Amino acid sequence: MTLTADRTRKPATGHGGAKKRSRQGRETLVLMLPALVPVLIFSVGPLLYGIFLAFTDARSGRNAVTSFVGLSNFGELMTDADFWASFRIGLIWAVSVTVLQFLASLGLALLLNENLRFRSFARVLVLVPWAMPPVVIGLMWRLVYHPNAGILNSMLQEAGLLDHNIDWLNNFSIALPAVIVVGIWTGMPQTTVVLLAGLQSVPKELYEAGHMDGASTFRRFWSITLPQLRPVIVTITSLDFVWNINQFGLVYVLTQGGPGGQTRLPMLFAYEEAFRYGFFGYAATLGVAFVIVVLAVLGLYIWRQLREAN
Amino acid sequence: MRRPLQYLALLGYVIFLAFPIVWLLSTALKSSREMASLVPTWIPRHPILSNFADAFSEQDLVGSALRSLAVAVACSVLTIVIALPASYAMARHRSLISRFAVGWVLVSQVFPFILIIIPLFMVLRSLGLVNTLPGLTVVHVTFVLPFALWMLQGYVRAVPRELEEAAAVDGAGRIRSLVKIVAPLLAPGVVATALFAFISSWNEFLFALVVLKDPDVATLPLTLVKFTGAEGVVRLGPLAAASLLATIPSLVFFAIIQRRLRSGLMAGAVKG
Repeated sequence: MTLTADRTRKPATGHGGAKKRSRQGRETLVLMLPALVPVLIFSVGPLLYGIFLAFTDARSGRNAVTSFVGLSNFGELMTDADFWASFRIGLIWAVSVTVLQFLASLGLALLLNENLRFRSFARVLVLVPWAMPPVVIGLMWRLVYHPNAGILNSMLQEAGLLDHNIDWLNNFSIALPAVIVVGIWTGMPQTTVVLLAGLQSVPKELYEAGHMDGASTFRRFWSITLPQLRPVIVTITSLDFVWNINQFGLVYVLTQGGPGGQTRLPMLFAYEEAFRYGFFGYAATLGVAFVIVVLAVLGLYIWRQLREAN
Repeated sequence: MRRPLQYLALLGYVIFLAFPIVWLLSTALKSSREMASLVPTWIPRHPILSNFADAFSEQDLVGSALRSLAVAVACSVLTIVIALPASYAMARHRSLISRFAVGWVLVSQVFPFILIIIPLFMVLRSLGLVNTLPGLTVVHVTFVLPFALWMLQGYVRAVPRELEEAAAVDGAGRIRSLVKIVAPLLAPGVVATALFAFISSWNEFLFALVVLKDPDVATLPLTLVKFTGAEGVVRLGPLAAASLLATIPSLVFFAIIQRRLRSGLMAGAVKG
């Protein structure tokens, strides 16, 4: 507010259009400056520097000049078996969480859009995981998955589905699916709320017309709801995919990437390279490679969806 | 036939979403003896509260909660101070800079954190801000800012331009009309944005992990993770108790935002 105070105010009338526009431009600049400066210093600048680092051999402890190494980091990344292993895990994680979370959220949103009892209670409950700190979500699920004191083993045993305790997060083949379930649980609220908002904006007349034409429930869902929801679906699944492929904290708390790297998502891999082993340049390379992959995948996907929609 | 199936499905969802939270609560109220029993129970037979006390004595919960609070409050105040004028400009005047800001909001969602956190860490190190709360605050503000700008400019847009124009016709200056007319209508949006910034900062883990290496400056999420014990000693009761305590502010603030979001803008506009 102090910033707006020092602008001299003059009535807009009586000024030429161009003059007014340049004055408005200056005003905009002044108003935006306090936001632009930190964004440039702490966000855009570091981002550009990060891209530059990807082409250097920067190390954490070394303050001396780092030398430019061209594309050799990228070459190393391409032949790094550990990276590819974590890339594969990252893809499995991001695709399964995004798809399953979308399907689960769509089902829940459809239910919450129906005139059911307890609907408002369920709508509030849906939001609770959203309000929980990610670290708490990770710790909470560790309690659920705990081999001896956890509730999951005892629930499954009581249901007769299991005859011994499983150490879910320490089992080579089960850890990743177990972590994926937590990912779905964590992301469901947001996706559900977005889809629910989308559902509520579908014009009622379309359903009435569908009803008149004698379309079945499934038919109405397929021919009215889905096409109407398409822009919302494209946006939220794209964002979910990007968030999931960049996920770090949740899995760090759950498994720290273990057992034996079975849940080492790419960002955990990069974090270890940078802040455990100190290879800043190499970790930045992974970041750049990821931007390229994500933009390539999503750019194409969004572009095609938009073209179809038009 | 359809209704019962729908209720069944809804029940399934509710159980899936609620059972981990119920289990967290149950674990927080159990003694370690009861926790060691072979068949875990949903409802503690002898509920105790000592886990909460133990949580405080085992880790520096109070200190780290205060540090989290300081960072979160500073983050939300700074975010509003910086974002409010900018969002006003963004909403009211399309220009190259405001388009840049919108683009930045979108782009900032896509970039992997590692690409920014390494150089940012180097910047903070050269400014002597690593291992300091101001350093973490700067990082938090930077990462909350794009979305805060986005939220705020939406709220500004929702205030009808005509209101300002009418005030100008009545002879009120820009400042006067901003303070007397726009600001009150904007208040709910500002509160919602400030709370969003607060919760984001309060919950944030990764940047704290990178920026704060020294245990003496650890924020709450970092301290919580310590309950899992690098020493291999995991005390489940205090861990659950501390987790519950750390969730309370988020839940409270979220409840407030909920009410604000529903009634806020509409009520404000009608009153104005």
